[in-house]
Amino acid sequence: MGILEVKDVNKRFGGLQALGDVNLSVRENTVHAIIGPNGAGKSTLLNCLVGKLIPDTGSVMFDGQSVLGRKPYEINQMGISRVFQTPEIFADLSVFENMMIPLFAKRDGSFRLHAFEGVGSERGLTQEAEAMLDEVNMLEKRDFHAGALSRGDKRRLEMAMCLIQRPRLLLLDEPTAGMARADTNNTIDLLKTIKAKRDITMCIIEHDMHVVFSLADRITVLAQGTPLVEDTPENIKGHPKVKEAYLGEAA
Amino acid sequence: MLGLGRKDFGLLVIVALLTLLAPFILNPFPSDSSLAQFNAGYPDLMQRFVIFGIFAIGFNILFGLTGYLSFGHAAFLGVGSYAAVWMFKLLTMNVIPAIILSVLIAGVFSLLIGYISLRRSGIYFSILTLAFAQMSFALAYSVLTPITNGETGLQIALDDPRILGVSQTADGSIPVTHLFGLEMRATEVVNMGPWQFQFSAGYYLCALLMLIAFYLAIRIFRSPFGMMLRAVKSNQQRLYYTGLNARPYTLAAFVISGMYAGLAGGLLAAMDPLAGAERMQWTASGEVVLMTILGGAGTLIGPVLGAGFIKYFENIFSKINDNVLHGWFAFLPDGIEDALVAVVHPFIGKGWHLTLGLLFVAVVIFLPGGLVEGGQRIARLFRRKPAPDTERAHQHTPAE
Repeated sequence: MGILEVKDVNKRFGGLQALGDVNLSVRENTVHAIIGPNGAGKSTLLNCLVGKLIPDTGSVMFDGQSVLGRKPYEINQMGISRVFQTPEIFADLSVFENMMIPLFAKRDGSFRLHAFEGVGSERGLTQEAEAMLDEVNMLEKRDFHAGALSRGDKRRLEMAMCLIQRPRLLLLDEPTAGMARADTNNTIDLLKTIKAKRDITMCIIEHDMHVVFSLADRITVLAQGTPLVEDTPENIKGHPKVKEAYLGEAA
Repeated sequence: MLGLGRKDFGLLVIVALLTLLAPFILNPFPSDSSLAQFNAGYPDLMQRFVIFGIFAIGFNILFGLTGYLSFGHAAFLGVGSYAAVWMFKLLTMNVIPAIILSVLIAGVFSLLIGYISLRRSGIYFSILTLAFAQMSFALAYSVLTPITNGETGLQIALDDPRILGVSQTADGSIPVTHLFGLEMRATEVVNMGPWQFQFSAGYYLCALLMLIAFYLAIRIFRSPFGMMLRAVKSNQQRLYYTGLNARPYTLAAFVISGMYAGLAGGLLAAMDPLAGAERMQWTASGEVVLMTILGGAGTLIGPVLGAGFIKYFENIFSKINDNVLHGWFAFLPDGIEDALVAVVHPFIGKGWHLTLGLLFVAVVIFLPGGLVEGGQRIARLFRRKPAPDTERAHQHTPAE
């Protein structure tokens, strides 16, 4: 049993079968990549995992509990965090405040009327936020306005915001999309150190083969809404079906 | 101090001093000079300054922090006024129960309206609140006449069944509102040479409540709750995927600002025990939007400045008439004098709306941060060397 079990998921948009009988099992403490050409249904699948879309049929179980029908904030409270394709952060707030919000969410749940405490007077949470910023090398930017950060820093901030909640599953939607080679390598290194330091399961949707093969323990190849094959990176590389559907097309 | 940072505490002290010394500050001209008409230090107007200050401070908690632009906040002010007047009619002329009830009733009312309106955001939210407020206005004006006394407005009468207190005073007149015996209209007039200063009990009660309201607003702005509200404005998507539900946060902000409006309405009635439907009209809702934006939305002091600014215009600027202008320009030759008066005429007296409108346009275009930004720019000019990095980092944190 994996920590995330997707069974027979179907999703239709009008006449388009976006997902057809998707089965997926993500094992705990692994990095699982989902790859596939444009329009393969990767993003639709991800949206079904986080509550943005509800599949027409099938089930999505996280740690033995169904996520279907739950709101995104409830799914997050179950232990699933998400990194977006373009970094989604609180651009009008400071970097420090960006870190405090997920901490409060983790401690107090989806709503609490804590109107008369100071944000910074929470010693324990402040230290936790600063330690996490230190881990992603952003401590010196603690009081910066988050909207003024570079794109790479925004990405690191978003990951830090997700990780500080100690999620059991981290979903990454093309974390290196639109990045230069050097930035991509930095992100790979960052993800590797993150993985090495803690027990976390990652599920990455990615276009860039270089990223996928440097990080993934297992790979699922999706084509036209259906999983073609699921295997280790070594086996995927030589798989004829994959070459045909994906790598062949790229070449 | 009081759980505030040094800067915020300093701001609170400054506002406290300004409100306590307002009878002096607003009456800078000797009472027999030609400039005496610019004196704003009479109880009626000073009360309006602080009451509408409370209204705008509350509105700013919703609009300034979450960005949800309510166009129906006057409904809560009106409801507060009605609740207070009913308390005067039925229970006692003491203002305390009236004020408490007006806050509670406005809170319940805003919970209802907010719960429905907050199902939408942006322009749809604004329209929903506007619709509810106009509905309340129309109902108060017609169907609900037994409660609101329709067009005439709700007033104290000689035959009110007041449980604690008397229906009429010994000499057969209507009793006045008081705070444990201290009449709200009691005014101490102090003459110092040619200057005259008025100290009104009602004003100081309002000022005290405004200071408490202001203090609470600072605490809310600096709290985790206030930070969540700014996060709602900044990125709702990220908020939801961080495990937070934006709905109860915005609803709480809506109810809190509704209660501030109720407090303002209750105070209006406490100073002058009558309530009319026109207090709920959309122009009144628009006014508080103007106050907040003019002063600086999302800043602490901005709404208070905006409220004072608009109320000053409404009451003082509108009193300048052609005769006054002729007096000012009398030193010029007749033809030029008449021409000048003709040019200025549309902007004064009843034309004060035009001047205010132009000012508003200028502020929105040149000072998007409102009067507060204007103040900051001037302060920066005097400070000379600004540190560009820190300036940038703090640009979007709520300024003082």
